Amino acid sequence: MLRRSALKDPRREHAGFRARAWTGYALILLALAGLLTRFVWLQVVQHEEFVTRANANRIRLVYLPPPRGLIYDRNGVLLADNVPAYRLEVVPERVPHMQAMLQQLAQVVPLSAEDLRRFRDELAQHRPFQSVPLRLKLSDDEIARFAVNQWRFPGVAVVPYLMRNYPQGKLFAHVLGYVGRIDESEQARLDPELYAGTLQIGKSGIERQYENLLHGKPGYELVEVNVDQRPLRVLERVPPTPGRNLYLSIDARLQKAGEAAFAGRPGAAVAIDPRNGQVLALISVPSYDPNLFVSGISDADYRALLDDPDKPLLNRALRGLYPPGSTVKPFLALGGLELGLRTPQDTVDSTGEFYIPGQKRGYRDDQRGGVGRVAMVQAIEQSVNTYFYRLALDMGINRLAAWMGKFGFGRPTGIDLPAEASGVLPSPAWKRATFHEPWYLGETVIAGIGQGYWVVTPLQLAHALATLADHGVAHAPRLLLAEQSGMGAPRVPTPPAAAAPSLVTRAPDWDTVVQGMLGVVNGEKGTERGLGQGFPYPIAGKTGTAERYSRTTSAYDTHLTNEQLAERHRALFECFTPAEDPRIAVVVVLEHGAWGGSAAAPIARKILDAWARERGLPDTPLTEAPPG
Amino acid sequence: MNATLARLRHALLRLIVRPRLDLPLALALLLLAGVGLLTLTSAADLDMRVIAAQAVRFVLGALLLLAVSRVPPVRLRSLTPWLYAISTLLLLVVAVLGEGRGAHRWLNLGVLRFQPSELLKLTMPMMAAWYLAQRPLPPRWRDLAVVGLLIAVPAVLIAEQPDLGTALLVAAAGVFALFLSGLAWWRIGMLLGALAGALPVAWHFMHQYQRERVLTFLNPESDPLGTGWHIIQSEIAVGSGGWFGKGWHQGTQSRLEFLPEHTTDFIFAVFAEEFGLIGVTLLVALYAFIIGRCLWIAVNARDTYSRLLGGALAMSFFVYVMVNGGMITGILPVVGVPLPLVSYGGTSAVSLLTGFGVLMSIHAHRKLVDSRD
Repeated sequence: MLRRSALKDPRREHAGFRARAWTGYALILLALAGLLTRFVWLQVVQHEEFVTRANANRIRLVYLPPPRGLIYDRNGVLLADNVPAYRLEVVPERVPHMQAMLQQLAQVVPLSAEDLRRFRDELAQHRPFQSVPLRLKLSDDEIARFAVNQWRFPGVAVVPYLMRNYPQGKLFAHVLGYVGRIDESEQARLDPELYAGTLQIGKSGIERQYENLLHGKPGYELVEVNVDQRPLRVLERVPPTPGRNLYLSIDARLQKAGEAAFAGRPGAAVAIDPRNGQVLALISVPSYDPNLFVSGISDADYRALLDDPDKPLLNRALRGLYPPGSTVKPFLALGGLELGLRTPQDTVDSTGEFYIPGQKRGYRDDQRGGVGRVAMVQAIEQSVNTYFYRLALDMGINRLAAWMGKFGFGRPTGIDLPAEASGVLPSPAWKRATFHEPWYLGETVIAGIGQGYWVVTPLQLAHALATLADHGVAHAPRLLLAEQSGMGAPRVPTPPAAAAPSLVTRAPDWDTVVQGMLGVVNGEKGTERGLGQGFPYPIAGKTGTAERYSRTTSAYDTHLTNEQLAERHRALFECFTPAEDPRIAVVVVLEHGAWGGSAAAPIARKILDAWARERGLPDTPLTEAPPG
Repeated sequence: MNATLARLRHALLRLIVRPRLDLPLALALLLLAGVGLLTLTSAADLDMRVIAAQAVRFVLGALLLLAVSRVPPVRLRSLTPWLYAISTLLLLVVAVLGEGRGAHRWLNLGVLRFQPSELLKLTMPMMAAWYLAQRPLPPRWRDLAVVGLLIAVPAVLIAEQPDLGTALLVAAAGVFALFLSGLAWWRIGMLLGALAGALPVAWHFMHQYQRERVLTFLNPESDPLGTGWHIIQSEIAVGSGGWFGKGWHQGTQSRLEFLPEHTTDFIFAVFAEEFGLIGVTLLVALYAFIIGRCLWIAVNARDTYSRLLGGALAMSFFVYVMVNGGMITGILPVVGVPLPLVSYGGTSAVSLLTGFGVLMSIHAHRKLVDSRD
């Protein structure tokens, strides 16, 4: 019956309502069960994922870059440390209009084109929520100006950091090198975990050589942030492991004395302890202030360094190439004895000119007319070229090159500094490989006085000299004396390199050569007589005057003034002391020196004086008794 | 005068000493209010002003509940057309003069600002029940059309404010009255069919932000920083709560303000994050109990008007829970419907408790003969 009565029926209405109400309730319960199912899905099935996302919301990983290790000299003089500084950082995702922001910011804090270029590069390498440095080393004034305007620049903040500092300025630039901003190629090869939060890396010198020791290990903080990314509390903190402190074998006093003695004249000096190869001074003049590079050197500063005719960026001690000149004579003399080609008593007549039998070309002595008959000691003392022309000829170039090679000529010394030049120790094989030309006998003759193709670095010569001084035992030059895991921690000495077997088979041979070198400084006719005056130990030395330009004529030119000669020559001086038991060997190269003795030797003496003032260096400095 | 005072005092005393309350429902509401305050304390990050304000509203609502529970359904029934007319008129006034942030919802009476739409949550089911109770049931097309019109006028006015959530609740209350009046299933089926057909039309009349909400609901990841943010952060809050929750005031999503509106519309997410699935299940069970108890009261009511009114109020209470729960779990669009007695906000708590007052009255006057009145 479809058409129902129009009359109301309370009983039926009540019953109908009851049915509807409970049907409705059943549907409601069903719907609520459905809702609960959704909760189960979110809270049980997908729980893990949402926990991750909740944590991703609130937890930020903040890397704590490790403080870089400090660098000291052997006596604990601070050479490199870290000073607090402030930089501007930008969180890209919080900057709505980057270009406009940078333009406005530049009116508050000066931003160089270099800053902006670097910032853009780094922007591409960072995730949007990661902070990107914009300007380093803000001045107090800039910090104050920014603080007033900070509200205009959301996402930009002043962040404190530790900046590398070289308190000794240019004095150690060629030893320490410097740190600089990590560039793209470095970024590509660095372990991102290890360098997270670090802006700088060793670019040269010790800073680069021992980057792995100096850098340390970053720590991190898990920081809880709110929706505005405001840090609220630190959930977990793993402190960074600071880089290791390094103690160098360098003695700042020697370095300083030597550098001062150059008085700005270009050149280099290296002092080595012959007993162990420890480098006591490594000087290259002129130098530069490494602090300029730390926060990114300005274009003007960099250009000035590059354009300087004296090339302050060139590490002359390590990479300067100089003909060794007469400084090779003691080595050659020792070779003559050791190879059985000479006895100390054998003499040679110096007439002022030397001729290879059957050839017309003459090779000159330093003194017109020669000095007459000389034995080995006098030949070294007076630097008699003829003696060594003949010796070189008798030895032959192959034996000469082999012997000199044992002193380390022609190859890197293996010092713990990057980019060391290897120099050239000429030989027929080398000449063939390099120029595809045969060897001429005349080249053997001039090799006897360290001329021709032969070039050495001051470090190389110092290493050879130290080898000679330690009775023919070679120790690879070392700068790293000890390392330390933190302030107050024990200093762990670097294990000494294994020494090679001695090149000297008969002690009297060595005595003869050293006697000649003693004569240079102390003999009546010594080229450097008087240099040892007032010095507590006997000094053994040898001068060298290397030609700066190849000579086109054998004629003497006595009309040249000293200045003109200085332009043409390089003054070299090598010495060690105490002569009988050498503890320091010094090589000085002066680029514009007129004659070896008069210009280079006094610099060496200044270094020796600084050394002697402390009565020599302690025998085993910085080595502490091993624990236990 | 004295007699009037004495009667008033007598009435007040009886109100306090012998309230005509359904004890299980009263206790359930008390429990719910307690849970609400507890959750709000956490969500508002222990801001005592917020908690105090909410507590004051609860007290105000409780007083209204007690007062309304004294009014016999017969009296309510006789007032119904007037109440409905007045509240609908107020909606019109609001449409012309109202104020509010972006939406015209509020009426400023100088001392009191309130949303007339809240009144309809009560007067709408009253009106539907009033009409249907005097018609032969189950209703036919004509009745359906009349009730439909009674629903549509205020619902459209509210939706235009725009306040989709309240419009939905008001409409639902009327629709439930129809459902409970025994509307034939085939008619219901036809209506649902017509509704589905009308959806595109509704879409046409929706505000841009409402459309965006619907679109975002359908794909929250499409706009993770805009409107989708609410849904995503809410789901993260709920999901990260797990079985047992993070503990009271330990919810990171709300405490660190990743969850927007965490004291009002999204407070359920805070609850789910801090008390986990166990807590959610218990809370939903509490709601289910309250709805069931209200329906039981309605079933046992004295007359058709009371039954329809009580049943419609009970079932619209369910709509709050369902729409809010569906919203915070991402199965329903973001519509401004509070979680009853838990969400922070004045008028909803007061109007809800007034509704429960009506139910208490229906319960109290369930006997066919009431000697005292």
